[in-house]
Amino acid sequence: MTDIVIAAYRRSPFHFAAKGQLTRVRPDDLAAQVVRALVAETGIDPDGIEDVIVGCAFPEGEQGMNVARLISFIAGLPRGVAGVTVNRFCGSSMQAIHQAAGAIALGAGEAFLCAGVESMTRVPMGGYNLMPNPVLAKDYPQAYISMGETAENVAQRYQVSRADQEAFAVDSHRKAAAARAEGRLTDEIVPIGNVAEDGCIRPDTSVEKLATLKPAFRADGTVTAGTSSPLTDGAAAVLVCSAGFAKANGLQKLARVKSIAVAGCLPELMGMGPVAATRKALARAGISAAELDVIEINEAFASQAIACMRELGLDPARTNIDGGGIAIGHPLGATGARITGKAASLLRREGGRYALATQCIGGGQGIATVLEAVP
Amino acid sequence: MIKRVGVIGAGVMGAGIAAHVANAGVPVVLLDIVPGAAARAVETMLKADPAPFMHRRNARLVEPGDLETDIAKLADCDWIVEAIIERPDAKRALYARLEDVRKTGSIVSSNTSTIPLAALTGGMGARFAGDFLITHFFNPPRYMRLLELVAGPATRPEAVASIRDFADRALGKTVIDCADTPGFIANRIGALWIGAALRHAVDLSLTVEEADAVAGRPFGVPSTGIFGLMDLVGIDLAPHVAKSLLLTLPPDDAYRDVYRDEPIVARLIAEGRTGRKAKGGFYSVRRNGVDREKVTLDLANGEYRPSRKPALDSLDAHATDLRALADHPDRGGRYARAVLLDTLGYAASLVPAIAGTVDAVDTAMRLGYAWKWGPFELIDRVGAAWLAKALREAGRPVPPLLERVGEGRFYRVEGGRLQAFAPDGEYHDVIRPEGVVLLEDIKRAKQPIARNASASLWDIGDGVACLEFHSKSNSLDPDVMAMVGRAVAMGTKGAFRALVIYNEGKNFSVGANLGLALFAANIAAWGEIESLIEAGQKAYRALRAAPFPVVGAPSGMALGGGCEILLHCSAVQAHAETYVGLVEVGVGLIPAWGGCATMLARFAADKKTPKGPMPPVARAFEMIGTAQVAKSAAEAQDLGLLRATDGITANRDRLFADAKARALALVDGYAPPEPATLHLPGPAGRAALAMAVQGFVGSGRATPHDVVVSDRLAETLTGGGADAIDETPLEQVYDLERRAFMALLKQPATLARIEHMLETGKPLRN
Repeated sequence: MTDIVIAAYRRSPFHFAAKGQLTRVRPDDLAAQVVRALVAETGIDPDGIEDVIVGCAFPEGEQGMNVARLISFIAGLPRGVAGVTVNRFCGSSMQAIHQAAGAIALGAGEAFLCAGVESMTRVPMGGYNLMPNPVLAKDYPQAYISMGETAENVAQRYQVSRADQEAFAVDSHRKAAAARAEGRLTDEIVPIGNVAEDGCIRPDTSVEKLATLKPAFRADGTVTAGTSSPLTDGAAAVLVCSAGFAKANGLQKLARVKSIAVAGCLPELMGMGPVAATRKALARAGISAAELDVIEINEAFASQAIACMRELGLDPARTNIDGGGIAIGHPLGATGARITGKAASLLRREGGRYALATQCIGGGQGIATVLEAVP
Repeated sequence: MIKRVGVIGAGVMGAGIAAHVANAGVPVVLLDIVPGAAARAVETMLKADPAPFMHRRNARLVEPGDLETDIAKLADCDWIVEAIIERPDAKRALYARLEDVRKTGSIVSSNTSTIPLAALTGGMGARFAGDFLITHFFNPPRYMRLLELVAGPATRPEAVASIRDFADRALGKTVIDCADTPGFIANRIGALWIGAALRHAVDLSLTVEEADAVAGRPFGVPSTGIFGLMDLVGIDLAPHVAKSLLLTLPPDDAYRDVYRDEPIVARLIAEGRTGRKAKGGFYSVRRNGVDREKVTLDLANGEYRPSRKPALDSLDAHATDLRALADHPDRGGRYARAVLLDTLGYAASLVPAIAGTVDAVDTAMRLGYAWKWGPFELIDRVGAAWLAKALREAGRPVPPLLERVGEGRFYRVEGGRLQAFAPDGEYHDVIRPEGVVLLEDIKRAKQPIARNASASLWDIGDGVACLEFHSKSNSLDPDVMAMVGRAVAMGTKGAFRALVIYNEGKNFSVGANLGLALFAANIAAWGEIESLIEAGQKAYRALRAAPFPVVGAPSGMALGGGCEILLHCSAVQAHAETYVGLVEVGVGLIPAWGGCATMLARFAADKKTPKGPMPPVARAFEMIGTAQVAKSAAEAQDLGLLRATDGITANRDRLFADAKARALALVDGYAPPEPATLHLPGPAGRAALAMAVQGFVGSGRATPHDVVVSDRLAETLTGGGADAIDETPLEQVYDLERRAFMALLKQPATLARIEHMLETGKPLRN
C-alpha cells in the first residue's frame, strides 16, 4: 500500500472564546491564514493539492456555506483545488485526515490539505438554531446530553476523584506553560495579526486555586471550569500526502499514518470514546499501548482523559508532553488536526517509533490515529 | 457648552461626579494627587452597588490620571470640578495651579460642603473669581437629585447659566440657588436635625429603635430614621461637619445650642464602630456561626442588645398625625415635639438668609435628605400657628417668618396655581425652571377628562392627553385596564391626537396587583382572573393598534405589567433612572399581558438577532426566564426592553414635557404598526430550551418549580405546536401566554411564591 505521510503541521494561537484576542477574527479568515502559511512554508505547488478538507463542529454562520471552499478562496489556492467541510464534532479534523488517507490509499489523489476550525465566540456551541427532535429528546435524552454531564458520569463511573482531576489540570497547564516559555510551541504557531502566542494557558494555577471552584455542571459533582477544556477560538492544518508526493516535492516527512479507527460508545459516557477507537487502531497497527512513544489524547475534561488513560494503560510520561486541551484550549473542529499534527511533530522531535492521537466525540464516539516514525 | 469636564479628587464624591458626567455621555478627566488613585477609583466603581455608572461602557468616558503628571489634560476642559480635601489653603493652592492650565472661558467649581465661596476666591484674582462657583453634589452623585449652587458676586452670569443648564439637562439635577452661608441649605438644616434628634434621644432616654420610629416615618423621613442614617453615611462624618459649622456659623446660631459632643458617638468612633462601612454602628448584626441576630446599641451603656420593636402609646395612636404625636405626653411624644420645635423653628429662622424662597428650602430637604416633606410643608402639616404657640410655650423665640404667616399656611393654591409665602409677606407663584411641566401643576388647575379609582385621563394641552395611574404603588388592576380602554376609545373618536402614559409616583408601576390575584386564586375565581388577563391583553393591544401615537414615560420601577404596557407603546421616553423588567417568573408566573409576544416580535425584528426560528426565542427565554431587570434606561436599551430609538431624559422634572413633545412629533402621518407574524420553532425549540434548563438544574441553579415555570414559558415562546415553516400570528402567542399563566396560577408552588412575595417582598426559591 502507498505510504501516507503527515508532511507539515501549523496552527493558529488558541485563545479563550468571548474574551480572548481572536474574538474579532472570522473563522474562515482564521483558518485561511493557517492554510496559506502552511502552503508557503512547505513550498509545494498548490496545483498538486487534490482537496481541502476542513473539519468544523458547527458549520454554520461564518463557518457555514461549505467553509472549506471559502477558506481555499481566501487563502488564494488555485480554483482547481476542491474543498469539503466535514463534521464529526470534536473529531472533525482528525476525520479530515482519515478521509485524506483513505483517498490516497485508493489512489484518489496525492496531497490533501486537512484543516479544522472553530470560533466558539462567533458561532455558539449548539449553533444558532438548536432544534432537537422532540420525540428522540423524550425517548432517548442521552442523544442530546450536555458534555459537562457526561464528564460527571465518567468521573462517577470510573471513580476519578476531584483531586485527581485537579492535579491533572494543573499538570496540563504546567507542561504547556513550560513548552511556551521554552519556545517549543513557536514553530507550530502561525501568528494572527500581532497575536503570536496561546492565550488559554494559566502558568500560575494550582491545586489550591482549583479547589476553590464550584462544580460547573452538577451541584454535588466534581467537574469544574478548571478541569474542563475552555471554550476556544482556533484553527489548525496538516498536509497529508503520499510518500511519493513528499519525496517529489522535497517535503519533510513528520510521520507515516499507520492505522486509523472510529468507534461508537454510550452518549452519556462519550468521554470514553477513545478507548474503543484506540483499541481498534492499535490492533490494526499490530502494536500494543506499551509500544507507544508519543501520545496525544484530547483533554475535553480531566475526568475522561484520566479514565481513558487508565483503561488503555497509557503512560502519563509520554502523554500530552507539551500540555493538552485543558491548558492549550479546545476549538472543537480544530483539535483533531492539532493533536495529530502535534503527535507527528513530537515523534520527530522526541524520537521513538509509534505515536497515538485520539479524542472523544459528543454523541458518544471516539476516533484514533496511529502514526509511525519515518526513517 | 460643556463638552469636556475635569474632576480633581477621586474620593467617593469626585469619582462619583466623574461617573455621572460620563452617564451624560460627556468625556471626563479624573485626576487625583495620589498616583494611580483615579484609575483604582474607576475600577472600584465598576464593582459598586448601587452602581455609579448607568452603563458599564460609560466607564470608558472617564480618563483617569495623576494630578502631578496629567494636570495639562485639564487644558481643554470646559468645566473643572474640584472635590479635594476640605481645606481652604489646599484648595486655593490647587486653584492657583489651575490658573496656569485652564483655557479662557472655562469654569471652575468646588464641591465643598462647608467652606464659604468668599474664603475660596479671596486673593485669587479677577479672572478666577469670574469663573468660579460652588456646585455641591450629594452622595451618591448619580442618585441624589439635589445640586446646591452658590455663585459669588463676581461670578460671570454666563458661567452660572452654563453650569445650571448642564447640571439640569445633562446631569438631571434639580439646581437650587443658595446664599453663600455655611452648610448652604440641606446640610445646615440636616446637621441641626441630626444633632437635635441625637441629643433629645439621649436626654429623653429613648432607645435607638424608638427614636428612629418617631423621627422617621411620622416626619416623612426615610425609615432609617436618624441613627440608621448616621450608620449609612458614616458616624465619623458627624464631628467633622459639626466642627466646620461651629467654626463658620454666626455666634448666635441655634445650632450652637442644639449640638453637643455626645460621648457615645466619640466612643463608637474610637472603637471603629462607624456604621455600615465598618459592619456596625448604632445597628449591627451579631454572628454566631451561621446564625445572624440583629442587635442595637444601648445608648446608655454603649453595648449591643437584641433589636426590638418600639412600643410607644404615642406612636401606636398617632403614627400618621405628627401634631397629635407631638402633643402626646409619653416620651415618644415629647421626643417628637423636641425634634420638631428645634428643626422647624430653625428652618423658619433661616429664610431668607440661606435661600430666597421656602420652596427652595423644601426642595433641598426633599431631594438632599430624601424627606417626603420639606420643613415648611411639615409646618403646614402641624399648623404654623400651632408651631408658633408651641415655641412660645417652650420659652423659645418665634422666627419672624413664622410670626408673619400667622394663622395662614406656607403653601396655597390660588387660581389653580401653587403659591408659597415669601419673606415679603406675600404669596408668590412657585416658579418651575423653564421648560419644566409637572402633572402635579396641571392637576391643580384642571378636572380630569375621565377618572376611576385607579387611573385618570388628563388634557395636557395641544391635543395631548395623559393617562395617569394612581392605584396603590401604581399597581395594575381592572380599573386601570378599563381606563386604558376608555382612553383608546376617546382618542379614536378624536378627543385627542396623542396619548402620554405618565405619572408622578415613586414608581411608574410595579405590575399587576398580586394581592388581588392571590385573593381571587384562593377563592378559585378562575373565570374572573382569566377575564382580567384577557381584558389586559385587549387593552394593551388596543393601545398598540390605536390610530394615534402613544408614548410611555416611565421613571423608577416599571416591572411586570408596568413593563408590558411600555412594550405596547408607539415610543417610550424614559427617565434615565428607570428600572425595567419582566419579573413574573419570580412569583411563578409568566408575562401574560403581551410581554412574551412583544419581546418575541421585537427580538425577531432586531438585526442583531441571528437568523432562524430559535434566536429570538432563546433571547426572550433567557431574559424572561431569569427575570432580568435593567438598572437604568441605558441598560434597558441593551436588553431590548427599550428600543434604540426610545428617548432618555436625564432630569425627572423634564420627563413629562419631553414625552409630550415626542408624542406630538409622532402625530403627523402616524400609522399603528402592522401586526407581526413569526416563524416559531414549536416542539423542537421547546425541547432545546428544556435541555438548557436541565443544565441549570444539574448545576443547582434552577429549582423544581423553575423547571415547571420554564417549561410553560418555553411552550409559549416556541409557539406551542408551531412549525418553523409556517407563519405564526402573534395573536397565537398572546393566547398561549394567557393559557400558560392560568395553568401556572393554579399550581400550589406558584401561589406559595406569590404569598411569600407579598409577605416578605422577596422571591421564594421553591
